[in-house]
Amino acid sequence: MATTNGAVENGQPDRKPPALPRPIRNLEVKFTKIFINNEWHESKSGKKFATYNPSTLEKICEVEEGDKPDVDKAVEAAQAAFQRGSPWRRLDALSRGRLLHQLADLVERDRATLAALETMDTGKPFLHAFFIDLEGCIRTLRYFAGWADKIQGKTIPTDDNVVCFTRHEPIGVCGAITPWNFPLLMLVWKMAPALCCGNTMVLKPAEQTPLTALYLGSLIKEVGFPPGVVNIVPGFGPTVGAAISSHPQINKIAFTGSTEVGKLVKEAASRSNLKRVTLELGGKNPCIVCADADLDLAVECAHQGVFFNQGQCCTAASRVFVEEQVYAEFVRRSVEYARKRPVGDPFDVKTEQGPQIDQKQFDKILELIESGKKEGAKLECGGSAVEDRGLFIKPTVFSEVTDNMRIAKEEIFGPVQPILKFKSIEEVIKRANSTDYGLTAAVFTKNLDKALKLASALESGTVWINCYNALYAQAPFGGFKMSGNGRELGEYALAEYTEVKTVTIKLGDKNP
Amino acid sequence: MLRVAARLGPRLGHRLLSAAATQAVPAPNQQPEVFCNQIFINNEWHDAVSRKTFPTVNPSTGEVICQVAEGDKALETLDNGKPYVISYLVDLDMVLKCLRYYAGWADKYHGKTIPIDGDFFSYTRHEPVGVCGQIIPWNFPLLMQAWKLGPALATGNVVVMKVAEQTPLTALYVANLIKEAGFPPGVVNIVPGFGPTAGAAVASHEGVDKVAFTGSTETGRLIQVAAGNSNLKRVTLELGGKSPNIIMSDADMDWAVEQAHFALFFNQGQCCCAGSRTFVQEDIYDEFVERSVARAKSRVVGNPFDSKTEQGPQVDETQFKKILGYINSGKQEGAKLLCGGGVAADRGYFIQPTVFGDVQDGMTIAKEEIFGPVMQILKFKTVEEVVGRANNSTYGLAAAVFTKDLDKANYLSQALQAGTVWVNCYDVFGAQSPFGGYKMSGSGRELGEYSLQAYTEVKTVTVKVPQKNS
Repeated sequence: MATTNGAVENGQPDRKPPALPRPIRNLEVKFTKIFINNEWHESKSGKKFATYNPSTLEKICEVEEGDKPDVDKAVEAAQAAFQRGSPWRRLDALSRGRLLHQLADLVERDRATLAALETMDTGKPFLHAFFIDLEGCIRTLRYFAGWADKIQGKTIPTDDNVVCFTRHEPIGVCGAITPWNFPLLMLVWKMAPALCCGNTMVLKPAEQTPLTALYLGSLIKEVGFPPGVVNIVPGFGPTVGAAISSHPQINKIAFTGSTEVGKLVKEAASRSNLKRVTLELGGKNPCIVCADADLDLAVECAHQGVFFNQGQCCTAASRVFVEEQVYAEFVRRSVEYARKRPVGDPFDVKTEQGPQIDQKQFDKILELIESGKKEGAKLECGGSAVEDRGLFIKPTVFSEVTDNMRIAKEEIFGPVQPILKFKSIEEVIKRANSTDYGLTAAVFTKNLDKALKLASALESGTVWINCYNALYAQAPFGGFKMSGNGRELGEYALAEYTEVKTVTIKLGDKNP
Repeated sequence: MLRVAARLGPRLGHRLLSAAATQAVPAPNQQPEVFCNQIFINNEWHDAVSRKTFPTVNPSTGEVICQVAEGDKALETLDNGKPYVISYLVDLDMVLKCLRYYAGWADKYHGKTIPIDGDFFSYTRHEPVGVCGQIIPWNFPLLMQAWKLGPALATGNVVVMKVAEQTPLTALYVANLIKEAGFPPGVVNIVPGFGPTAGAAVASHEGVDKVAFTGSTETGRLIQVAAGNSNLKRVTLELGGKSPNIIMSDADMDWAVEQAHFALFFNQGQCCCAGSRTFVQEDIYDEFVERSVARAKSRVVGNPFDSKTEQGPQVDETQFKKILGYINSGKQEGAKLLCGGGVAADRGYFIQPTVFGDVQDGMTIAKEEIFGPVMQILKFKTVEEVVGRANNSTYGLAAAVFTKDLDKANYLSQALQAGTVWVNCYDVFGAQSPFGGYKMSGSGRELGEYSLQAYTEVKTVTVKVPQKNS
C-alpha cells in the first residue's frame, strides 16, 4: 500500500516508536506584532517590550506592546466579524469545525517550531513542549472541531398552545487572558470552544511568553478564518488585561492565572458591563497516599505531580498527605526521586526540569523555602538555587510539614514538595478541604470504598484516583471555591461560550 | 448537500452544468478500470467460497461491466446510472460530510452518572452493540454506505456489510480505503451478493448482534422476521415511502413548482422520500399543473456522463418494467396522462419524465411506491382535508409544505405523520439532522445524534458505597 499514515498511527504493523524530534535551537522569531483582522500592526503608542529566554537570561526579541487603543481596535474588528450576515456568522457549523481541524493540521505541521518557541520563551524542556503541550493543543483543537455541528438546542413541551424551542447562539466577542506556564495550551483551551461555538475573540497572551500565541495568529490567517475572528494583543496586565476585562463591547472573558488577579478580572467585568466570566486560578492541591496504595506508583505520581513544569502548574501536588504507616518509606523514596531529577538546559533531551520563568517567581519560591526552614519543616533535599547565576532551583523536599506552615497554605509554584502525615480518612478529608482553593485532588489506594468515599468527599473540580495530571480534551476541568468559576474542556466548556435563547411561538387557533 | 441541489432548481441544471463547464468538477473517466471485485474480509480480498461471481450491468447500455471489479470516482455513475455531475457534487459531498460528522462523535457520546436512591453510585456506560450487519440499497450506494458506517464505527462496533447486487463497485472501492486508513482487520467486512442468500444470512445469523437495512418495505418485513426468529438481534429499517408534498395556494409558485419537480424526479425518481403525491390547493391547481408539465418536458434525459444530463437510466430491467407497469395502471385507472408515459431511448433503461394530473387517492399510482420518474398531482380544498388524505397511508417517511403563512406551517408540520417534514424546501439533508420513518416506512433514525442510540448497548453500573452524599 502506498500510504500507511493511518495504519502506522493506529497501531498497525510498524510499531516502531516515533523518532525524537530535533529541536531548533536558534529559531528566528517571525511574528512579533499585534494581530488584528488577519493583519500585523504596530502598537498605537509605538512602544515595544522585550521577551527573555529564562535559561540563558538573554533577550529573544522585542514585541509590540499593546494598550487600550489597540484593544479598542481589536474589539472593533471582532465585533464586525460577529455582525449578522458576516462570513463568520453565515458559515455552516460543520465548516467552522473544518477550519478548526485545518488549524490542527497546521499546528501539527509546525509542531517542532512551536515547541522550540515555547521552550525558548518559558524554559520548559523541549520534549515536554513537543510531546505534552503540543499534543494537548492538537487534540483539543480536533476535539472541539468535532463539536461544532453538534451544539444542539431543544424543542420543549411547555404548557399552552405554543411551540417552544431554544437556540444555542454564540455569545459574541470573547476576551481571553492567558498565563505563562502553558502559553499555547491555555490559549487553545479557550480558543477551541470559543470558535467552535461561533464566537470571535480578542486574546492577550502573558507578557513573559507572547511568542507562540503570535505564531498561532499566522496559522489562523493561513487556514483562512475570516478576518476579525481572532485578534491578538500582546502587552501587560494593568494595561491590556485591564482594558479587556472592562471593555463594554466584550461579552465574555476567560482568564487563567493567579487567584489574586482573577478577582480583579471578575470585579472589572462586573463593574463594566456584567460580561460573563470564567476563571481558572490557583490551587494547593492535596495528594492523599493511603497505607494500602501501590507505593511506587504513588511516589512517582506525587513526584511528577509536584515537579512537572518546574512546579509551575495550577494542578501541582503541593500538599502530599501520607498515611502514617507508610510515611517514612514514602519520604525516603520521594527524596531519592527528587535527588535524581535532571535539571538543566531545556533543549537537552535528558533534562526534566528547566529554569523558573523569571526573577520574581524565583525570588518568591526561595522565600517560601526559607519560610519552610524557619517554621520548622524538615529539609530533606534541595532547598536552594542550583548555582549563583540563573533561575534554576534544586528539587526540594520538606517532610514533617504541618497545616499551618506557609508552605502548606500558599501556592508555591516551584519545585518544592511538602509532605504531611495523617492518621485517618476522616481527618485527612477535613484537612484536605480546609483551604479556599479547590482545583484538583489525588488519591492513592487499592480499596474500592475508600476511593469512592474520597472521590465524593474532596472539594475539588477534579479527583484523580491512582493517577495524576490525567487531563483529556473530553473531560471537564475547573475549580471549586476560589480555584475558579466554570469549566474548560469536555462538553461542559460549550456552555461557557454559548448564549441560550428561548423562542416561543403561539400556534394558530386550529390545533391538530 | 442535497440542499445545494435543491436550491438550484432549473438553476440545478445550470449551476451544476456551469460548475462542470468551468472544470470545478473533474472530467469523468467514462471507462474506468475495475479491479476490486472480490469479498473484503479482515482487510483482505477473497474469492467467494463457492467461487461464483455475478455480473454487474451498466444501466445506460444494458451491457455487463464485469464480473464485479474495481474503479475510480466515475464508478458510481457507471454502476447506478445517476448523472456524474450530481454523483460528484452531491453524493460524494454528502459522503464526506457524513464521515467527518461521525468522526466528531466518537469521543462525545456520553453515558451518565445518576442520582439513584440509597447508598449507591450509579452510572451508565455506552458500549458498542457488537457485530452489526448492514444491508444497503442501490439508489445511493456510497451515501448509504457512509450513513451506516459512520455511526457504527464511531460507537466502536464492527461491521459485516452486504452491498446491493446491482451496485457493488463503489462500496468495494471504499473497502480498500478502509484498509489504507488503518482500521484494524475485521472491523469492516464487505460481502457483495444477493438478498435471498447473503442478505438472509446476515439477517438470521446467530453471531450478528444488530441489523440495519435500507430498502423496500417488503424486504424490510423479511429482515425483521428473520431477526426475531434467530437471536432477537436489534433491528433498524429505512424503507419505502409515498411522501405527500402539499402546495398551499399562498406558496411562492415558481419555487414550489421547481421544488416539487425536484422532489419527484431527483435520482431518476429512485428516492425513498420522493414527493410522489403532490397535493395542490384548488385555487392554484391549473396553473401549477401547467407549469409542472412544462418543466417535466424540459427535463434532459441522456447519457449520465454528459454534463448536460439531468436524468439517467433506471437502475435495472426489473425496475424499468415495474415503472412502465405503473404508468400503464395510471392510464387504465383514469388518471390524466399529461406528458411522457413511455420509454425514452432504444437501449438501456431510460423512461420519459411522466406527469399524471387529476389523480385520485384510490388509484394504484397514488398508493404504491413507483420509484421512477412518474409524478402524481392531486387536488385538495382545505388544510384539514389534505392532512387526512396525506396521513392516509401505511407509509410515513417524509412530507413537505409550501406556504408563506406561519400558522399553516406550524399546523401542518405538527399534523403530518412523517419522520421528516420539509417547509418550503425538499430533500434537504444534513449529517446533523435525523432521518427515518413513521409507520411502515421504517423504525429508528439515521443521521444526527439520534443514530448513535441504535449502535449502542447501555450498561448500568451500580456500586454500593458506604455513605452517599449529594
